[in-house]
Amino acid sequence: MSNIDVSVETGDKPAPPPKHPNTCPSCHSHYRDDELEAALWVCAHCGHHFPMRSRARIDWLLDDGTFLEEAADLHSEDPLNFFDLRPYTERLAEAELSTGLSDAMVIGQGSIDGRQCELAVMDFSFMGGSMGSVVGEKFSRACDSAAERGTPLISVTSSGGARMQEGILALMQLPKTIAAVEDLKDSGQAFINVMAHPTTGGVLASFATLGDVLLAEPGALMSFAGPRVVQQITREKLPDDFGLAEQNLRFGNIDAIVPRPELRGRLAQLLRLFDAPV
Amino acid sequence: MPPSEHELRLRQRLGRLRSMPLLGGAKLSGDLQRLERQLDRLQQEATDEEIWRSVQLARHDSRPYTLDYVERILDDWFELHGDRFNADDGAMVAGLGKLDGRTVALVGQQKGRDIKERAERRFGMPNPEGYRKAIRVMQLANRHGFPVVSLVDTPGAYPGVAAEQHGQGGTIAESQAVMARLTVPAVACVIGEGGSGGAIAIALADRVLMQENAIYSVISPEGCAMILWRDAGEAKKAAAAFKPDAIHCLELGVVDGIVPEPEGGAHTDPDAAATLLKASIVDALDELDGVPGDELRRRRRAKFRALGVFA
Repeated sequence: MSNIDVSVETGDKPAPPPKHPNTCPSCHSHYRDDELEAALWVCAHCGHHFPMRSRARIDWLLDDGTFLEEAADLHSEDPLNFFDLRPYTERLAEAELSTGLSDAMVIGQGSIDGRQCELAVMDFSFMGGSMGSVVGEKFSRACDSAAERGTPLISVTSSGGARMQEGILALMQLPKTIAAVEDLKDSGQAFINVMAHPTTGGVLASFATLGDVLLAEPGALMSFAGPRVVQQITREKLPDDFGLAEQNLRFGNIDAIVPRPELRGRLAQLLRLFDAPV
Repeated sequence: MPPSEHELRLRQRLGRLRSMPLLGGAKLSGDLQRLERQLDRLQQEATDEEIWRSVQLARHDSRPYTLDYVERILDDWFELHGDRFNADDGAMVAGLGKLDGRTVALVGQQKGRDIKERAERRFGMPNPEGYRKAIRVMQLANRHGFPVVSLVDTPGAYPGVAAEQHGQGGTIAESQAVMARLTVPAVACVIGEGGSGGAIAIALADRVLMQENAIYSVISPEGCAMILWRDAGEAKKAAAAFKPDAIHCLELGVVDGIVPEPEGGAHTDPDAAATLLKASIVDALDELDGVPGDELRRRRRAKFRALGVFA
């Protein structure tokens, strides 16, 4: 009964669209890379949402030239000297090289349709978007930056959960980010989270679900425990839409499912409603 | 690790442990020596072995559970049931009682002893309804100025279909958020397994303690071994890699103090274990006495916001 923890994802493999054979995993239709990119990595035939890299998402969401990145130089350390099949430091270096990112979250300020906001966007390509000390610190700084500048915070989550290689300190990023969200809320600012596929484990069980408004992309898995773990432990037959955004909407866990092409417009609308500074 | 470096680290650990303000139990006569003996033992045994021993003791069949401590450390216990939405989850207990003369609200996961009770209490793995019960009782405590005491003992939150549908992740987050907003003192102690999100849900406290043989981790050794080695049998290796034992948690600043256990583990003498636990909790609450609510909350958030290692 003990292997029920759910918090982790090794995610060594970069997740973005498979180069070959360029077929949609959902409807098996073929696509060209440039077409898929132009369609915001959404399948033209069935609407399947492919993973979207953090920088591409930020470029697309924010008004041109308004992004000012913050805390870009934060890097993970290896507090446990963690070694499984390979040392954690090696996994980190590899992830940095393959993604061009320093860790699994990019934060900074910018504007959408002229309204200012703070943005914190996760990247599943970096070790499965797992949350370790750097993600926790970056998210907390994004909360502070939003509070100081009097703007709403928008985050986009995509994560397998807490980063196992940082052990108990990874678990401590749950209360850390939650304390930061509470400080942000006390400052009177709004917090909006968008769940991209997948938002699971420790990220779902911390800041991701504490937004004033919770949005999700179609088909995004949002479960605390992964489907495999649930099946293994309970021997229950899982519903087809187990843990998906659609099921979560039906059960009242989120406010809306927003297809990616509409996301920018809906966020702009929320920034207007929350009176974000121009 | 070369022996000299190993010894140096152990000496540092001992030094830190001796200077800790929160070793309430250790103030009882004879306990400091006992603790020192136990720590001395570390010098002879391989650290990996010690870690695995903690894993085994933390899960020991006869280890005292939350209600075993409740009956030994609280007077006038009144258990409160139900989440006021749709269920009463036996994997989480909550209630009011007197601790050394003051009313406290206690929440904690509860494992079962026999097969029937184990199933009823789901091996101490709460559903969202269990966390909602804890949330409700912590909010009640906040309204009435009662300190919150939480005893953490869970392999993790229950991974079920209904649990997911009823918002397991969001409820665990909300429970932590409620603790981040408390203006009454909160003391948490990991008394067995501190398993992942299911544990931290009730552990965002002003003082976090850990019993000597408890474990506190982001994932179970078996789960970690499954993912990294594709083999749950490598659990011992996994535990050695992520170090869920009390001393490592203390070194990393995740817990504020270690509560000593009777020689051989809490199960060998539950009464003595309860006496030590009670002394540590009372000491922690005494320390927090008189701190204004706003200040408590500010310090509590700052404490957790400082956790993490990066460059």
